[in-house]
Amino acid sequence: MMRFEWAVALRFLREGGMQTVLIVAGSTVGIAVIVFISSFLGDLQQDLIRRTLGVQPGIIVRPAEEVAHPQRGPGGAALIEQVQARAQRLRSVDQWQALQAELEATPGIRAVSPVASGPGLVTRGDVNKSVTITGIVPERYVAVTRLDEKIVAGDLRLNPGDTVIGTDLARDLGVALGDKVRLSTPTSAGDAYQVRAIYDLGQRNLNRAYAYVTLPTAQALLNLTGGVSSVELAIDDLFGAEALAARLQARVPHEVESWMKANSQLRTALNNQTVMTLLVRFFLALVVAIGLASVLIVSVVQKTREIGILRAMGASRGRILRVFLLQGVLIGVVGAVLGSACGYLLTSVMSDVLRADDGTPLFTAHFNLALYLYTVLGATVLGLVAAVMPARRAANLDPAQAIRL
Amino acid sequence: MNPAIIELKGIRKTYNAGTPVAAEVLHGIDIAIGRSEFACLIGPSGSGKSTLLNLIGLLEWPSAGSYHLRGRPIEQADDDERTRARLETLGFVFQFHHLLPAFTALENVMLPGLMRYGAHTTEQRANATELLTAVGLGGALHKRPPELSGGMQQRVAIARALALAPELVLADEPTGNLDTHSADDVFELMRRFNETRGTAFLIVTHDPRLAARCDRVIELRDGAVVSDALRQS
Repeated sequence: MMRFEWAVALRFLREGGMQTVLIVAGSTVGIAVIVFISSFLGDLQQDLIRRTLGVQPGIIVRPAEEVAHPQRGPGGAALIEQVQARAQRLRSVDQWQALQAELEATPGIRAVSPVASGPGLVTRGDVNKSVTITGIVPERYVAVTRLDEKIVAGDLRLNPGDTVIGTDLARDLGVALGDKVRLSTPTSAGDAYQVRAIYDLGQRNLNRAYAYVTLPTAQALLNLTGGVSSVELAIDDLFGAEALAARLQARVPHEVESWMKANSQLRTALNNQTVMTLLVRFFLALVVAIGLASVLIVSVVQKTREIGILRAMGASRGRILRVFLLQGVLIGVVGAVLGSACGYLLTSVMSDVLRADDGTPLFTAHFNLALYLYTVLGATVLGLVAAVMPARRAANLDPAQAIRL
Repeated sequence: MNPAIIELKGIRKTYNAGTPVAAEVLHGIDIAIGRSEFACLIGPSGSGKSTLLNLIGLLEWPSAGSYHLRGRPIEQADDDERTRARLETLGFVFQFHHLLPAFTALENVMLPGLMRYGAHTTEQRANATELLTAVGLGGALHKRPPELSGGMQQRVAIARALALAPELVLADEPTGNLDTHSADDVFELMRRFNETRGTAFLIVTHDPRLAARCDRVIELRDGAVVSDALRQS
């Protein structure tokens, strides 16, 4: 199939010499940058989300808010004109054990962690600091929040008399590992707890926010016997959080909230970033296509006589058209293969160079086969589209005139 | 009776028809060329020789008149049908040889076969090699056109025109830019293919010396045939 077209297209490209080398190099650079941006953007955003969210889960399930239902008269009209919104008590998620089992069986959910949290005070000597007392089952909680990676002193093995606090809170209170602090709540006078570990989430306010205790301890302190204030979920696809939350919302009688809703500013910023990089990639592709088209147009002009003689010898318009379309595709595909390789190298190098303040790489270079396949596919279409105008011009040359030149 | 390969009746060609600068360059040409003929077309510059050759070669459309190629009317055929007819019936040799510089001599001669059959067969390779050997280039099969002299390139062009054994080869001043010695060689080559293979030739030439060696001389002046004579042998 198309042996003639292949033979002529390949020879024309080879004959093009430096012209061909330059356009392949240009396509390679353009495609390499597109591959580079595509491969690190996802990683970079995931990393940003992880760092910004701290210990926030992908999705959180809470008891539905209590609403005041005004009494209604016959005909449905409210009997009372002014209805005050209810204050939200600390309540437990109804039948949370069953919910936990159900969520664990749901596809897309990687881990489920029950949490009992509420307001409290941590006291040492005459210093009081308000914190969120957070009762956790450590092995479940770390599966959702990776708190274990944030521990800077001690370790996250909570016994009933232990607590874990943040670095800044520890400094405020002047406590070190092994020291005792008092935890109390409005409903409980509290007790003394030993600081078992100290965490650092990289944000000062978060490092003052939580005092972690075991789930039963928190239940006792917060007067939530046997209950949990929320169930937190780790999900496979961070960007699919909103969709998954909506599906869960339809199934459970609780309030389901994704990180996207809880952090709409972050989400907007990420969306803008995605749109911007999409634009950059689009215009890069456009520049590659324009370069390709202009080189092919020049080639058609240079080869006018040869096109004329091929037509006289019996090459149809379709064949001449395909000879030039094929050249566009070939340049596109070669550019995509070289560009993917260069993009991968660039990603590897940059993942070494770009690091977060804690020294960990901002993103990791992995061999993303699907990305490279899409790149080659995209470049094929790009080359084909870019070659349409030059190819039509070549095919429509009048052979009698072309030969006379 | 020698069956005609081409038969033109009342062929007219007008450029810029319908505009104030319309110019009729051929005024009703009647020509028939039969199998194995060796004819030449002479006439002063601007007499319409090249236009007529392009019309016969299906590279231009006549404005009026009829054109039968192997008995079939072709003057109204579309581009695809004309392209196919060129590939199957006609061979071309031009003054400036028009070889493809990116291909070797052998590959140039094999191009028509590649176009027609979509593949290189050993048979075609043997045929192309034989043709190039016949034109005296058996030792230059793998040389590219820029490495060959003008006369050698024109001989490659003749071999290419004959690659698919066409019934008629149209040659537009094939010796026009060659020295006398090379011109004689090229002319003799066409003559020999005419005699050994029975290929008909229609040669446009300015050279009266060469015209005198053709079997038939058609003279064109101001867009009309003024004489058409068989040489007495």
